[in-house]
Order: sequence, then C-alpha cells, then structure tokens
Amino acid sequence: MLVIKNLKANVEGKEILKGINLEIKAGEVHAIMGPNGSGKSTLANVLAGHGGYEVTDGEIYFEGKELVELAPEDRAREGIFLAFQYPIEIPGISNATFLKTALNEVRKYNGKPEATPKEFMELLREKSGVLGMDPQFISRSVNVGFSGGEKKRNEILQMLMLQPKLALLDETDSGLDIDALKIVSSGVNVFKNNDNAVLLVTHYQRLLDYIVPDYVHVLSKGRIIKSGGKELALELEEKGYDWIKNDELIEENV
Amino acid sequence: MEEIKTNGLQEKDEISEDMQLLNDVTKNEYKWGFITDIESDTAPKGLNEEIVRFISLKKGEPEWMTEWRLKAFRHWQTMEEPKWPNVKYPKIDFQDIIYYSAPKKKPQLDSLDEVDPELLKTFEKLGIPLEEQKILSGVAVDAVFDSVSVATTFKETLKEKGVIFSSVSEALKDHPELVKKYLGSVVPYTDNYYAALNAAVFSDGSFVYIPKGVRCPMELSTYFRINNEETGQFERTLIIAEEGSYVSYLEGCTAPIRDTNQLHAAVVELVILENAEIKYSTVQNWYPGNSEGKGGIYNFVTKRAACRGNHSKVSWTQVETGSAVTWKYPSCILQGDYSVGEFYSVAVTNNYQQADTGTKMIHLGKNTSSTIISKGISAGKSNNSYRGLVKVGKKADNARNFTQCDSMLMGDKCGAHTFPYIEIENDTAKVEHEATTSKVGEDQIFYLNQRGISTEDAVNMIVNGFCKEVFNELPMEFAVEAQKLLAISLESSVG
Amino acid sequence: MGNDLLNMIELRDFNLPTTKNEDWKYTNVAPIMKNNYVLGASLGYENHLSTVLHDFFFQDFDYYKVVFINGIFAGELSDLTGLESGIIVDSLSNFQKNNSELLSRHLNKYSTIDNGFNEINNSLSSNGLVVFVPKGKVVDKPIQVLYLNGDKTENVLSVPKNLIIAEENAQVSIIANYHGIEGKEYLTNIVTEVYAGKNSIVDLYKIQSEEENSYHIEKVQAYQEANSLFNHYNFTFGGSITRNDINTCLNDENIESHFYGLYLAHKKQHVDNHTYVDHAKPNCMSNELYKGILDGESRGVFNGKIMVRRDAQKTNAYQSNKAVLLSKSAVIDTKPQLEIFADDVKCSHGAAVGQLDENSEFYIKSRGIPQDIAKSMLIRAFAADVIEKIKIDELREQINHLVFEHLNRVEVKNN
Repeated sequence: MLVIKNLKANVEGKEILKGINLEIKAGEVHAIMGPNGSGKSTLANVLAGHGGYEVTDGEIYFEGKELVELAPEDRAREGIFLAFQYPIEIPGISNATFLKTALNEVRKYNGKPEATPKEFMELLREKSGVLGMDPQFISRSVNVGFSGGEKKRNEILQMLMLQPKLALLDETDSGLDIDALKIVSSGVNVFKNNDNAVLLVTHYQRLLDYIVPDYVHVLSKGRIIKSGGKELALELEEKGYDWIKNDELIEENV
Repeated sequence: MEEIKTNGLQEKDEISEDMQLLNDVTKNEYKWGFITDIESDTAPKGLNEEIVRFISLKKGEPEWMTEWRLKAFRHWQTMEEPKWPNVKYPKIDFQDIIYYSAPKKKPQLDSLDEVDPELLKTFEKLGIPLEEQKILSGVAVDAVFDSVSVATTFKETLKEKGVIFSSVSEALKDHPELVKKYLGSVVPYTDNYYAALNAAVFSDGSFVYIPKGVRCPMELSTYFRINNEETGQFERTLIIAEEGSYVSYLEGCTAPIRDTNQLHAAVVELVILENAEIKYSTVQNWYPGNSEGKGGIYNFVTKRAACRGNHSKVSWTQVETGSAVTWKYPSCILQGDYSVGEFYSVAVTNNYQQADTGTKMIHLGKNTSSTIISKGISAGKSNNSYRGLVKVGKKADNARNFTQCDSMLMGDKCGAHTFPYIEIENDTAKVEHEATTSKVGEDQIFYLNQRGISTEDAVNMIVNGFCKEVFNELPMEFAVEAQKLLAISLESSVG
Repeated sequence: MGNDLLNMIELRDFNLPTTKNEDWKYTNVAPIMKNNYVLGASLGYENHLSTVLHDFFFQDFDYYKVVFINGIFAGELSDLTGLESGIIVDSLSNFQKNNSELLSRHLNKYSTIDNGFNEINNSLSSNGLVVFVPKGKVVDKPIQVLYLNGDKTENVLSVPKNLIIAEENAQVSIIANYHGIEGKEYLTNIVTEVYAGKNSIVDLYKIQSEEENSYHIEKVQAYQEANSLFNHYNFTFGGSITRNDINTCLNDENIESHFYGLYLAHKKQHVDNHTYVDHAKPNCMSNELYKGILDGESRGVFNGKIMVRRDAQKTNAYQSNKAVLLSKSAVIDTKPQLEIFADDVKCSHGAAVGQLDENSEFYIKSRGIPQDIAKSMLIRAFAADVIEKIKIDELREQINHLVFEHLNRVEVKNN
C-alpha cells in the first residue's frame, strides 16, 4: 500500500528525515516510536503533504502512485488520513458543514454519489456513537472550545466518516487520560480491517496496549534504526531509547 | 586632506559661473560682514549663515562640511516647526539662542558641601559612589578615581581592535572619508525641522566605527567621552558597524543633568551592514522642570538606524524620565533581507512633563522582523503619548511585527495616549498590535501593605514589574540604575 | 429632464478634506470631485414606481418597509401597516410639518459639521428618515429602509439626513440597506443622528451594497443617555470609495455601546472606517470589533479612537481590528488610538494584519476539501465573530451569502 524509499526531508532548511525506508501493506498496523525531535511528526506531515516540509530526496508510492507531487487534498481523496497532533480550530464553520464537505469531496473524487442529508446524518450518528460523542457537537464550530480529549476524538470521528485506506495517527494518545485513550483506541480498532492500514506515531508504549501493532520501528535522528515486532515496544518501555542507541553503536562497531 | 582638496576642485569645475559668482559674493560677505571676533568663545545670539560659518570655522572643519551645514541651514529656513506632536510649549524664538559657545568646564567646586543638597540626595538614592558624585557635580577629583587615566586605558584597548571612538570633530580631522561617507546618510538634513537645525549648527557628538568582524570588547559609553564638560545643545552621533561587527553603546547618564540650555535637538545615525548588530541604550534624565512646570529641557531628537546589510540588527532601548517636553522616535529602516529592528522603551512623565515618543519600523527587505515594547507611565499632571509607525513596503515579503504598548496611569490628573499607525502594502505581512491601559490598583497596594510593605515600595514593585520587559534589555548596571531612577521620578506621586 | 434644467452642484464650492488632513490621511477624495452632480431631490422618483424593488430587500423575516430613492422618501413604495400608534416612521419633511417642536429638540443637536461632506449634507439636504419611538414603546419588527441611489443618465448626489430618536425605555431595530442603480457615477453623502434615551436599546444595521462606480460617505453620530445600549453593525460591500464615521458619545453612567464592522473589498475599492467612542462619564462600557477582507488592488483603512475623559472612571473600553490580505496588491492602513485621562479604567486595543492561516488551510485540505473551499471556510472563520453578532437569523445568513458573492468565492454556510 505504502512504499517509502530513501526519503529525505527538510524543515526550514534543516534536514530532519535523513533516508527513511518503510513498507506498509494492507491489513497491517505499524508503530513508529522514538524520542522527541527524532522526526516522527515530520514523517507524518510529509506523507500528508504539508507545505512547510520539503522533500529533498527519495520516493513515496501510495497504491503504486507517486505521492510527492500530489496536493494535500488529493492525497486525502486517494485515501491518506492524518489525525493531527494539534487539531486546528476553525471558528464559524460547524463540524457538520466541515465533515459533509469533506465526505462529498472524497466521494466525488472516487466517482461515488454525494451523500444525501439523511445518509450523512445516519452515518454521523453511527460513527459518533462508537466514540460516545454527544450529537450536539455537530453544530459547534470545528474544534473551537473543545478539550484536548474532545479534539482527539473528533479526529478519530473524521477518520471513521471518511474511511481512508491509510490512517496516520500523529501522537493521538498524547494528553489523553486512560478512559479517553480507551475510547480513541476502540475507534481505531473499529476502523481497522484487512483492506486498510494504520501507522501510529507515538512516544509511549501505552497506546500499543490497546492498538496492537504488527511492526514497531524506532526512529532516531531522522533514520529508522531498528525494526521489530510488538515486543520491541515493550523492550523500549523497559530499557528506554538509550538502550537502542548503545545497541546501535555496538552493531556499528562490529 | 589631499582628497578633500581634489573634491573641492572638482566641485568648482562642475558648478556654473553664476554659482561661482554667488559663491564669491557670499564668501565676501563672510570676509567683511562678519562682526564676531573669531577669538571669541561665544557667538552672538541668533542664527544666520554667518553664525553657521563661524561654528564651522571655529571647529576647523573642511570646506565640504561648511557647505553641508550651509545647505542644511538654507533648507531649515524653508521649513516649519512640526505641529503634530501631542505636546504644548511656548513658541521657541530661534533668534534668541546662542548657537556656539566653546566647550566649557563646569565651575570647579572645592568640596561636596558646595553642591546643591537636593542633587546630593538624588545621588545618594541612586547609590552613586562618593568619588563619582564629585565628578558629576564638578568637584575637583583626587587621584583615587582619575577619569583621565580610565579613559586612556579604555582607548588603548579599543585601538588594538581597530575601533574608532572619538568626537565627531576629531573624526573629521582623523577620518574625514568615513564622516563624509556616512554623515547625513541616515538622517539627511532635509528630514525634519530639528534635524535640519542640528545639521546646520551641531556642536559635537560621538563618532564610532567598528571594523569588519570586530566585536567591540566593551560597552561604549558617552560617560567616558564627555567627562565633566557640559553636554552640547545640538549633539550629533554617528555609529557605523561594518560587516559582522557588534557594539553596545550607552548614551546618557543616570545622574540628573542640569543644563542651562533649554532647547536640545540631537541627531543619532546608526549604519549597520551585513550580519552586524548595534545595541543602543539610552537613559535620559534631563531636567524636567520643577513641580509647577517651570523650566525644564525641550528634547527634540531624531534617532534613526539603517539596517543596510542582510541579517543586520538594531536594538533601541530607552528609559526616559527627564525633560519638560520630549519628542523622539528612534526608528529602524530594515533594508537588508532578514534584518531585525527592536525598540524597548520606558517613558515616565510626572508633574507637568509631556512626552510624545515611540518608534518607526520601516520594513523594506524580505523576511524582516521587528518588535516594539513600549511602557508609558503617567503621573501628576503629565501627558504621555506613544506614537509609532509600522510600515511594510510592497517588496518586503514575510515581514513580521509585534507591538505591545502599555500605559499606566497614577492619579486622575494625567493622560495616556496611544497613536499607532500601521501601513501594510504586502499581503505576506503579519503584524500584531496590542495596547492596554491600567492603573496601579489600590487593592494591589493594599495587598502589599498588608504584607508589611510600605506604599512607596509597593508602587515601586508594581512599576518595576510593569517595566520588566524593557529593563531586561538594558545592560546590567544600567538596569539597576534605571530602576532607582524610576522610583525617584515617581516619588510621592501616589499618596 | 435635460441637464440644462437641472441645478448642477460643484463640490469645489465646498471645502472637502485633503490627505493633508490627519483624519483623511489615507483617503483621497479627488476622484469624487471630478464630477458635477445633480441633486437627487430634483430628479424625482416617479420613474421608479414600477421598478421591482423586492430583490433589494433582505427577505424571510417580518419588517416595516421604507424606501428612499436618491434621498427622497417614496411613500407609495413603503409599507408601515401595523405600526403601533405613537411610533413615527416618516420622512424628515413630513415630520417637520407635524412635530416641529420635537424635531428642533433633536435635529442637528448631536452631529457637528466636521468637514466639507457634512457641510454638503447640511446645506443641501431637505429630506431623510425619521424614526421616533416614544417613551416605553418597543417597535415589534425591524424597520428595513432601502436607500436606492444613482441614475442611468445623471451623476446624482443624494444627501439623506436621518434622525433616530428612542425615548426612555424605548427599543428599535433599524436596517439601513443601501443599493445602487446601474448607470453614471453617483455620490451618497449621509448624516445620521441617533438619540438613545435613558434605558433605551437601539440596533442600527447598515449594509452598503452600492454600485461599484459610486462614492459613499456617511457620518453616524449617536448620543446616549444613562443605561442605554447602542449597537451599530456596519457591513460594506459596494462603492468605489466608502468612508464611514461612526461616533458615539456616552454622556451618562452605565451606558453600553457595541460597534461591529465587516468590510470586504476587491478590485480597486477603497473602504475607510473611522470610529470614535467618547467616554464622558463613569461606569460605561464600549466594545468594537472590526474586520476587513481585502482582495485585488483594494485598500482598507481603519481608524478607531477611544477617548476616556477625566470623569470617566471605571470605564471598560475595548477595540479590536483585524484584516486579512488575500492578494499581493491589497493594502491596509490602520490606526487604533487611545486617549485616556482617567486612571481607573480598563482599556485595550488590538490590531492585526495577516493572511488566512496556512496550517488551518492544510488541515482542511488534508480532509480532501479543495483549495477554493478551504479558503472560503477560512474567510467564513475570519468573519464569523462579526457575522454571528447579527441578532436577526435570516439577515445573518443573507449577509454571509453576500460575503462570498462579493468576493466571488464559493459560499460556505453552516447547515
């Protein structure tokens, strides 16, 4: 589904990603872990096409299509969804307007008919039910006056509504209490099936108790320095990132 | 000197016969019509071309300098005194002023006992050491604190680095090419009424040149240069920071300056080239007049910095507590790409003082940024105005400005005014302006009283808190003195 | 009527402000002066009796209908059926006939002649709108006033002089709706005086959608008594040069004033809003929120002044003005001013100029929404806090529509 080859990217002229290689297949859950400043969020933003990140080298293929030149809205319509670490507030635009516009744009792009108001409301009721959200939120402005937990839940709701092929969750667990974390995770688990894939970007192992990854990658200084199964996350939790760094040194010395 | 002669010749070749004739006539007039004794130390009252020539001659200036002064004078005659500042003062009779008197020493006193006791009280509050007090008040100094020797060591260190720090008059003799190149290049004599007047009659001032790549090893202070001479009425300062250089310049003195001259019209020009930085700090404490509003200095200053090179930076920091009327807008012309302008100001007015002060940030280069932090405190029957301009030109892509101007009122007889102008001609600009007005809250004072703090100390604490962002920008010792100065000028303003 | 029969007015006869005048620093009125104008009153409105006016009105809510054509009251086209007795909505000239004493107590009592435009209005105006709400009365529906200006063949000068009087405990909501007739360049030059008596509430909406070859100048001067509330809502869409002066004097205690403004300009439009809030007495509150969206080669000017006089202790005064520049050639000049003479006050102003936020745009686009809609959403987001202040739901939606129509962008509305 997603193939990343030797990806290098700059932020404000500074190289953050220094050659990332990664492949994600349908049905898989990948977790990218790493200390602050290792480039985790950069990777997520580069995949979604944020203008502030400049790809200087390498290739990204999504479902066989070259991604680098694609506009962010087209990436979204192709099926890439980024749950933002810091969801944006948009005063004066209701969640209903926002979601409906997005849903119909994605549908139009994929040659599907627009959702009727009735269909939209039914879908919305179903998905917000999964996340235990008060239907009142729909008439409120996008993320305005939402608590941190509500914002993250709103991100997951948008994901469930838009049904992307690849969901990138950028630190979706940060700032959530345990109950909110469970709800958000259950949303992701409802979403997950054999045709789509999830890339979790996280600092902590905690989230992985609820969303079990097939692969764990450790990112450090813009490179994936170690990959493994879900047990790698536990090992990291126990020994910390320094352990990898030492390990890496030893490997390099050998 | 040779170079100047050639210049003079070239000019002669270029000017028409008519002009030559005119030149001859005016020169003749000067030769014969000049009534003042050249040997005299003081020019007669009033201002005309003769006086301008007299000043230039007295200072032994090259011909081009005399011409420049004359052009400025002629231009000044066509101008009108600005009426737009929010200040009121009686009309100045420009013919009733003496424009030149030789630098004179303060009267020498034998001991501190002869000094005005009020002045001594202020010194004490400022914590100025006894020996320094003597220098400041003109008492003969003993060998313990020999300012001459201090100044000498100081000059030698600078010389090693190639830094030039002298008076403008000296610079005109030793480095005429530098003065000619830069004088009036930031503030032309056509700029405004007082800048024109200053150009015509300026007495002296500081000249600083920091060569390429040099970080000036110490803070330069007018304190060392002026010593115990009375400061000029029309000062002119010129600082040039060559590529990659840095200098921090301190102007003024925290001790109260009593001067018999009522009108002060200074000009400060800063030239900052690529990757260079000038930090210019001022503490202004001219005589503000008495509590009835009698006397006091009119302080009409033009200060401007030209950030000519890419990545150049200028930072103006000022603490103004003095003068009866202040009219001053240190400005930054951000010409170079990525150049940075900063303005940090505390202006305090008490009794009948009036201040109309602020800054201008002119964004011309790309990716330029500026910050304005202005704190105005009004007490007594004073009026304190902030007037500022943020302009983003058509080509100044990605310009950024943040402005915060806060006013504090003490008592209900004073006024605080804010007049910011924002002119944006480029759609990538981001400009933010915030202003607030508040008072020293009675409940705040009560709270502090209740914790055993006197009202006076409570007010000082609150005021210092209000000004903290600006004090943080001042060099350490300057900041400490500025805080004390504030306390003195606000004394007994809250009952 | 031919030109020769009409009295041509030369603006040169009046001392119009130049850019040397600090209050007109950013607005050059020279283009207005290049025409000679025919006074609207001399044209009559008979030609327009058959004009379909319906589309000019804001619809889908109940209102009293008043029509002025080139500054002349068109009684036949107005509909005041059901207006409670005692409340008067009429032309200035009729009101003068029947209530001269009342009129003389208020007319020209609040607005002074500050410049040549006020002078023109004062010396040439013979008519305008009067709304009189006596003590304790509440006007049950908004009064929507259509001012239709301009002419196909003449340069028209319309000079309405409006007077709104809300006596003690009265309440009224007025929608002043300015439209133009396609044709020659024209000038609308209005003076509106508002008297808000003790404990009264006056809502005054102004929606200016004049033709793009027109000039529009208005001065609103309000005078407020104790405990009164005056809300002014100012929406500018049309006009080549627009200048609004919105002033209020808070001359007693516990008064509240709110000024909301939204101006949109594109092409070479020039919109200048000046506000002046004069706090003369203690314990009052004022709040201003002005937003501008500038596209094309347009220029916006905002000059807001808050005056807090010596007596006006415990004043709370706020002002915020923000502008976004949507194009390379748009220009904004803003000058928020505070003049404070009382010490126990809370006053602040803020001004910001910027663009639509890039991160927000990315967020919207990352949900598959195209660029043009993303931009529209951000325009809506920017304008929302002003638009949402409109108390009449239907009016709010229709003004939202005008925002996008005027900027020629995809409309975004909440459903």
